[in-house]
Amino acid sequence: MKVKTFPRGIHPPELKEWTAEKAIESLPPPEKVMIPLLQHFGSTAEPLVKKGDEVALGQKIGEDKALFSASVHSSVSGKVLSVDDYNHPGGNPVPAVTIANDGEDRLSPEIKGSKDSFSLSPDEIRHKVRDAGVVGLGGAAFPTAVKLSPPKDKPIDTIIINGCECEPMLTADYRLMLEAPEDILNGAELVRIATGAEKIIVGIEDNKKKVVKLVQERILRFQGAVSLLKTKYPQGAEKNLIYALLRREVPRGGLPFDVGIVVQNVGTAKAIWEAVSEGKPLYERAITVSGDGIGEPKNILVRIGTPFQNIIEFCGGLNEQADILVMGGPMMGISQWSLDTPLIKGTSGILAWTSPSPGIEYPCIRCSRCVDHCPMGLVPTRLAKYIRFDNLTEAEKWGILDCVECGCCQYICPSNISLVHWMRLGKNKIASLKRKKSA
Amino acid sequence: MTDKTFILKSSPHFKDKDSVPKIMYAVVLALIPAIFASVYFFRFRALVLVFSCIATCLATEALFLWLRKKTLSSLWDGSAIITGLLLAMTLPPSISLELVIIGAVVAIAIGKQVFGGLGQNIFNPALVGRAFLQTAFPVVMTTWVPPATIKINTATFATPLGNLKFENAIAQGTLTPLGDLFWGNIGGCLGETSAIALILGGLYLLFRRVIDWRIPLGILLSLAAFTGVFWLANPGKYASPHFHILAGGLLIGAFFMATDMVTSPISPLGSWIYALGIGIVVGLIRLFGGFPEGVMYSILFMNAFVPLLNRYTRPRILGERSKG
Repeated sequence: MKVKTFPRGIHPPELKEWTAEKAIESLPPPEKVMIPLLQHFGSTAEPLVKKGDEVALGQKIGEDKALFSASVHSSVSGKVLSVDDYNHPGGNPVPAVTIANDGEDRLSPEIKGSKDSFSLSPDEIRHKVRDAGVVGLGGAAFPTAVKLSPPKDKPIDTIIINGCECEPMLTADYRLMLEAPEDILNGAELVRIATGAEKIIVGIEDNKKKVVKLVQERILRFQGAVSLLKTKYPQGAEKNLIYALLRREVPRGGLPFDVGIVVQNVGTAKAIWEAVSEGKPLYERAITVSGDGIGEPKNILVRIGTPFQNIIEFCGGLNEQADILVMGGPMMGISQWSLDTPLIKGTSGILAWTSPSPGIEYPCIRCSRCVDHCPMGLVPTRLAKYIRFDNLTEAEKWGILDCVECGCCQYICPSNISLVHWMRLGKNKIASLKRKKSA
Repeated sequence: MTDKTFILKSSPHFKDKDSVPKIMYAVVLALIPAIFASVYFFRFRALVLVFSCIATCLATEALFLWLRKKTLSSLWDGSAIITGLLLAMTLPPSISLELVIIGAVVAIAIGKQVFGGLGQNIFNPALVGRAFLQTAFPVVMTTWVPPATIKINTATFATPLGNLKFENAIAQGTLTPLGDLFWGNIGGCLGETSAIALILGGLYLLFRRVIDWRIPLGILLSLAAFTGVFWLANPGKYASPHFHILAGGLLIGAFFMATDMVTSPISPLGSWIYALGIGIVVGLIRLFGGFPEGVMYSILFMNAFVPLLNRYTRPRILGERSKG
């Protein structure tokens, strides 16, 4: 099979061997869960419960009032202790529903499956996905129902199922493909029906050969194929993945819709299938817990709202020397300050390790490595300089808004310049300037 | 475990191991074959020049870091050592020590520090130092001694390119054989004479991915094409492209000078234009200019265009081709 790829990018150490052979274990639900009402791209869900209410497993506790939002469900059965601001992995406190687990896992009567999922109409599929609060599980947590609703003037022809998992250390998606390929493909077929697409492509990096055959055998039932991709970072970044597989370029500032494509991560595809066939809301997800700071790295199935503390204790605890805790992957993950922070839908991994001493920052020597490795074709060093001197107009002209913050430039920079940090600062400054102008 | 504190930082959390000093010392390492060759051909004199150049560059760098209230630790980032080493490699072996020191001070002070230090200069510092010496002391800078491996009793000696330009070497049949150019058994600047030593170092830098392969390749191709056309038209008057590639400072220029990261373009297209420009200007000077050799001036000339090239050869952003 021809191995496809995109230009530039990097190849960081994979470090997947620590957990790749570890089957997904279930973490026992904790005594208390803190479920943030904002776990997705968009606006905060409106709380449906108050202190003292009894809730069941899978019961809707936060409602998506806006289009760009997602419902939130209880991940245990028990009593609501409070609805108040709580730690959030994103950094700022967010309203969250704290529930004391009664340990009974009483399932909500709202949950209803459907017998013949494939004969449902696109609207019915979208409705069920929306009702189950499904969001993209790759990390960005974009509301999935929105992704399943392409505008009328943008016909979709291809569904891409993203099985790249190009971030180092993470293996939960790999385990899902190995352990539940059927569910993933069924979910992909639902996406295809909902969007009216013709075919499905499952993109898998060539360091996961073991799952390729498994998926290939099962995809024959559908209009689909598996495509092998080079192991390279960020192969799983949406725009690069689309380019690698189909040589189509999502226009600057545009969406995959614009080139007739919908991309779903493998975990999301599985969640879509469960939401439609079982009516199961997204109240748990598979994650990788890894890094040399973790006693026993594992892949686990965790209830949303479980504090990091419980997750790490289940995985052999934290080493003395571990001094950095990251939610997500090593390249794009968010570093955490507290173990008393709950897991959210977008958490793909919890990683801990001993960070090497920060290197000295040298002046830029214009080595051009950031240019040679930027998957978007930007000139990071120039952009960083524009931001440093507050020249937002030039930064925008040179494409700072196209930056996806993948981190390739900073990874490769021999001068140790915090390029991604400058990009974020610049993008924030431009966004706030635009808000001011429109206000 | 709950009172545990963590480092907070923005992503990415992984970092490649390469660093500015590692890159600089890789270049130093790549010059070791050329240093050995220079000691072999010019004996103890070579060591004296190399040592005094590096020492002067470090001292000047230290002085400026102190004046600019910068930390002295960046003295050891390797950049001043390279400037010294490269300057030494481009000097005539018979040059006196005072001039060496003047050249090295100019290289660091005027070539680098007045622009703001590492990463800020427009022109290659070593070549700025050399250009200053060439302009201020033209006779010394064009007086050559034979290598220790040639036993002749002459006060002066011509370089292969000088021989070609001023002595009508092709017609006389005294053009330096390619074999001598390859091994370095010729007159010339300290480190430029042995082609094989420079090629070895250059290959190491290419293999280690320190330098942009487009630059040496572009220079070699454009010079070969330029000189090749004239050679094919009139081989009785013009030397072959092989001769032009192996002679003079072309190889040290292509592998070590033009590839200086700070003073070369950052976009692939920019690198091609820059490299082709250098090759053609070298050809123009050698064939039609007043000097036998033009590598130094051609690199400095193209250095001047780098900011412009960086501005007008922006890579294509993914998605730019499609309509929004």
